[in-house]
Amino acid sequence: MISRIYVVSKATDSREKLYLKSWKELGLKGKPSSVTILDSYIIDSQFSKEQLEQVGNLLTHRVLENFSINEIPAKRFNFALEIGFLPGVTDNAGNTAKETILDFFHLPKETDLAVYTSRVFLIKGKLGSSDLEKISQSLHNPLIERSYIATEKEIKKEKTLPQSAPVVILEEKTPVVKVSLNVSDEELINIGKEGIVDPDGMRRGPLALDLESMKVIQKFFAKEGRDPTDIELESLAQTWSEHCKHTIFANPIDEIKDGLYKTYIKGATNLIRKRKGSRDFCVSVFSDNSGAIAFDDHYLITHKVETHNSPSALDPFGGAITGIVGVNRDTVGFGLGAKPVGNVYGFCVGNPHDTRPLYRGKNKQQKMLSTRRIMDGVIRGINVGGNCSGIPTHSGFIKYEDRYRGKPLVFAGTVGIIERKGNGKYLHEKEAQAGDYIVVIGGRVGADGIHGATFSSVTMDSTSPATAVQIGDPITQKKLSDAIVKEARAMDLYTSITDNGAGGISCSVAEMAKECGGAEVDLEKVPLKYLGLRPWEIWISESQERMTLSVPKKKWEVFRRLMESRGVEATIIGEFTNSGRCRVKFNGKKIMDMPMDFLHDGLPVKELRTTFPSRKYVEPKLPAGFARTKVLENLLSELNIGSFAFISEQYDHEVQASSVLKPLSGAGRINTDAQIFRPVHGSKKGAVLSSSLYPFYGDISAYHMSACAIDTAIRNVITAGGSLSTLAILDNFCWCSSNESDRLGELKEAVRACYDYAVGYGTPFISGKDSMFNDFKGYDEKGNPLKISIPPTLLISAIGVMDDVLNAVSPEWKVAGDNIYVLGETHDELGASEYFRMLAKESKNPNAIGNDVPKVDFEKNIKIYSAFEEAVREGIVSSAISVTSGGLATALAKASVGGMLGCNVSLENLHGHASSIDSKLFSESQGRILVSIAPFNMKRFEKIMRRVPVSMIGTVSKDKKFIVTDQKKKVIESNTDKLHKNYHKFSESCG
Amino acid sequence: MKKPNVIVLSGYGLNCEEETKFAFESAGATADIVHINDLIAKPEQLLEYNILAFPGGFSYGDDTGSGKAYANKFKNHLSKELAEFLSRDTLVIGICNGFQILTNLGILPGALAHNKKARYINRWVDLKITGKSPWLKGIKNISLPIAHGEGRYVISESEYRKMKKSGQIAFAYEKGKICKYQNLETNPNGAVHDIAGVLGYNGRVLGMMPHPERAMFFHQSPIWFRENEEAKRKGKKIDLHKSEGEGLQIFRNAVKYFK
Repeated sequence: MISRIYVVSKATDSREKLYLKSWKELGLKGKPSSVTILDSYIIDSQFSKEQLEQVGNLLTHRVLENFSINEIPAKRFNFALEIGFLPGVTDNAGNTAKETILDFFHLPKETDLAVYTSRVFLIKGKLGSSDLEKISQSLHNPLIERSYIATEKEIKKEKTLPQSAPVVILEEKTPVVKVSLNVSDEELINIGKEGIVDPDGMRRGPLALDLESMKVIQKFFAKEGRDPTDIELESLAQTWSEHCKHTIFANPIDEIKDGLYKTYIKGATNLIRKRKGSRDFCVSVFSDNSGAIAFDDHYLITHKVETHNSPSALDPFGGAITGIVGVNRDTVGFGLGAKPVGNVYGFCVGNPHDTRPLYRGKNKQQKMLSTRRIMDGVIRGINVGGNCSGIPTHSGFIKYEDRYRGKPLVFAGTVGIIERKGNGKYLHEKEAQAGDYIVVIGGRVGADGIHGATFSSVTMDSTSPATAVQIGDPITQKKLSDAIVKEARAMDLYTSITDNGAGGISCSVAEMAKECGGAEVDLEKVPLKYLGLRPWEIWISESQERMTLSVPKKKWEVFRRLMESRGVEATIIGEFTNSGRCRVKFNGKKIMDMPMDFLHDGLPVKELRTTFPSRKYVEPKLPAGFARTKVLENLLSELNIGSFAFISEQYDHEVQASSVLKPLSGAGRINTDAQIFRPVHGSKKGAVLSSSLYPFYGDISAYHMSACAIDTAIRNVITAGGSLSTLAILDNFCWCSSNESDRLGELKEAVRACYDYAVGYGTPFISGKDSMFNDFKGYDEKGNPLKISIPPTLLISAIGVMDDVLNAVSPEWKVAGDNIYVLGETHDELGASEYFRMLAKESKNPNAIGNDVPKVDFEKNIKIYSAFEEAVREGIVSSAISVTSGGLATALAKASVGGMLGCNVSLENLHGHASSIDSKLFSESQGRILVSIAPFNMKRFEKIMRRVPVSMIGTVSKDKKFIVTDQKKKVIESNTDKLHKNYHKFSESCG
Repeated sequence: MKKPNVIVLSGYGLNCEEETKFAFESAGATADIVHINDLIAKPEQLLEYNILAFPGGFSYGDDTGSGKAYANKFKNHLSKELAEFLSRDTLVIGICNGFQILTNLGILPGALAHNKKARYINRWVDLKITGKSPWLKGIKNISLPIAHGEGRYVISESEYRKMKKSGQIAFAYEKGKICKYQNLETNPNGAVHDIAGVLGYNGRVLGMMPHPERAMFFHQSPIWFRENEEAKRKGKKIDLHKSEGEGLQIFRNAVKYFK
């Protein structure tokens, strides 16, 4: 029997005012005057009236709330709008409610009880159906949620909303189909592009296998003398996907026979490690779910940054939350399990003020979410994912650009810490043994996330599967993460562990099977969310919060009991073998049987060819005269320079009590370029994080784009007090149209720079990830077809280990009277700078971004950085901020805003070849650090800096006057309060 | 002198248990982290403890309401033991989610609702001590971080007056050092009468939204860089690794209570 419990707040519900406010912005014809929010629980059970009363009490806080059963509480309203999940979508609150109820009545898990939650908005006011539609659209995402609207009259009769449950009903389908590959090439292409044909004639969605791959598979099964099963094809599609095998980085490209990854990324790391010799701090790189370097004698520290772009375009919240919670598993799945100690995030989104709609389908079908909805969604996703997991979110950034509006980028990363040794073995090593049980723990499997890996390997268009969307459940994962990292690992209960990410168990089992040489799975044993899933779906589903372990038989009972007592579901689904084959059975029937080597290495090698695009841009017209006050004040309110405090302060960065240099610093709360924390309580050592990307430089030169990203990421760390000698970097390539030779040409250039500068600075790559097809193919506001490709984007993340965490340096001015110095040289390097891009925007000529992007001279910079390190060790640096986007003037402004102090600066004696006032103020020349030094430390500082380009340019002032002169002329005259207001303008509007 | 024993609960998404254990141990107590299911399996072990701590976190992801599900589980299996524990001369602390759990357990009055901006917020606040409690002995003002989405304390006027009289309002948000430094709103979540924490059982039970365990060291405060530089100008050298944070006093008070 189905009943509904409605919970309503007695006290004022602060959410109600905010909803009314947000609805005002929807341009409604009518005016909603009030709204009441109800939490609705649909309960499918055998409970008596009395029992339901007890359930109501369980779900209600006596002080805050009241409840009513099968009756909407008597409130004055005109419309009821219900938002619930679509059938099969993870309903975390529903699961918790069910668990609470079973526990209260001491009922067994198997009890026939289902709970579905939804939110009901009782709205008062004169509203037409179009108004209600708008409100409903603003409250839900039709890909994962349902909405239902009823008038007061309709409800009066029944007293309640429809008493029906969103149950998944999957029609009976043939569990396994054989796929004949004795077909024409066209059909092979179709199978690869649109998927296997089901008995009902429908195609299943992309395998993302090209003709060459399909032919290899065709040949293989011809040799085997049989047709492949659907699960075999799906499995190959997963393991061979761009997403899993990174074919573009692996394949030979032009003269580079070993491919970009081996030659330039891994090549750089190997060379650096050799050169460092005994000072090599890399321990486990590129081989595991994260990369690890030495932290101290007892610990390793790991880092991994993921991209989660494709799902985020369809469901920003779900995409971002599964992104962060997913990369947490890359930490728990490192070695025998590292403990997550820090999250990082990054967003590249369209301009939030851009209201032009986009459609995935013809005739304005399948409307995309607005850029603003996407921005809010991804921000909220990291909020819920990170905060619920109890992992501090230290670092992050957000970039805005039109070309991200079709395909936003979401970066999510996690730093972990792990003891070097335990139970007499190295904890970064693992090896599944033949004979071990294959055990999956955590969440159950549903249709969610099917074809995620193959989907993210292709351009997004109307055929993109909605099931690629997943909903995260941070608490299910928190429980398993704690159980593994804090207990099971110490008890030595398993021999190997890995994450279930892209490709689900099809990838995790196949990966671990490499360690012992085979696996045999009984697919019917995999715990499911609901019945009706076909074997191939179970095999590749990307349902979240699951990990796969190899558990020795004799340890299973202890392992099982531990997991049970921690509320973690653990199931044996098969056994690891040394048969050399990956076998899958379903109810005893063999449905997959392939040799490991074909599964992993059968993928055909493809020769890639590139062309080198050279582009010429217009030089913008510079303002006359010397006055640049307005320019600076406007720059500070540019989206890509202004504060994003509203994001930093909604992410818990102080849980685990490790924070030293926070995301926001100083009286004026500026966003820091590097963050420092202390992952081990009581240890003097610390970790410092930063990141950098210059996608706009890429329009001019992909090579210098990556050179600058590497220099800035490194410099941010040095500036905050880190050291070049214990610094590692990570690469995340997000490219577009990677089947076009021009794009591949840019990629080759960018990766070549990675090698040159990583080797130059001696900073090894320890982990990386790429996402190669970030293109949107759809239709614009008029229904005309269009393709939007992201600007090729390289994110460089840096992680450094600090011997004494309290050498930390923060970016804001500290004390009036301090002297201000610039380290490094300033040149005419304004190409694609924030300043030129602002001028281009104003002159409505997007091509007028100039051509002189900054170039990095690592030999000069290394001298500067090591001298600066010495000054930091001496403890004489009062503040330091690295000069990046917006140039020297912007750095001065941020330091002033941070300290809520003024400064008086003159630019006569800058080092370098800056020939105009614009270059001096706004050029983005790399390698520069802006420093403030107490007068009594001047001599020591200048002595340390005697061999590097350093200029004393002014002093910090108590009055909040912000004054910059050149050749005795005032070029900027502003004040810190004004700058503060502009810097925080957009962030404030989002608060 | 014997160290008091502290039990710090964990499980189902609580996540501040390790730093809370660290805080009690730094203050001179012995602290164990115990998973709620292990306590349910052996409830009698509660007898060995002097202090019961519900740390911060996100138990059950705030599903069905912050602290509700965890409190239901606790009540359902451990009410007898809890009553026994409170009947002894013991101390209880609930921090953030722990505070939300205590109000759901009904051993502290009032409740915690969505912040007025209905958004999670992490920042520092200044507190004025207004209550009588062993936890708060000798403290007048204190600055600590908050990190919560549901921290707006709600209580009826009549109850509030009773509590005020009996010294049950532990602290109120005030415009102090940090708010002045960063020009922040005094009351971050809209709590009635600026209430940040309350007391029960003659001050033995403390529930608070701010996180004292995240203010154990000088370098955790957002103002430390400035204060450190200003000290240098005065020719003073602060030993950063030795200088403690304001939060430690609360845990010390708890330990002293048993000496």
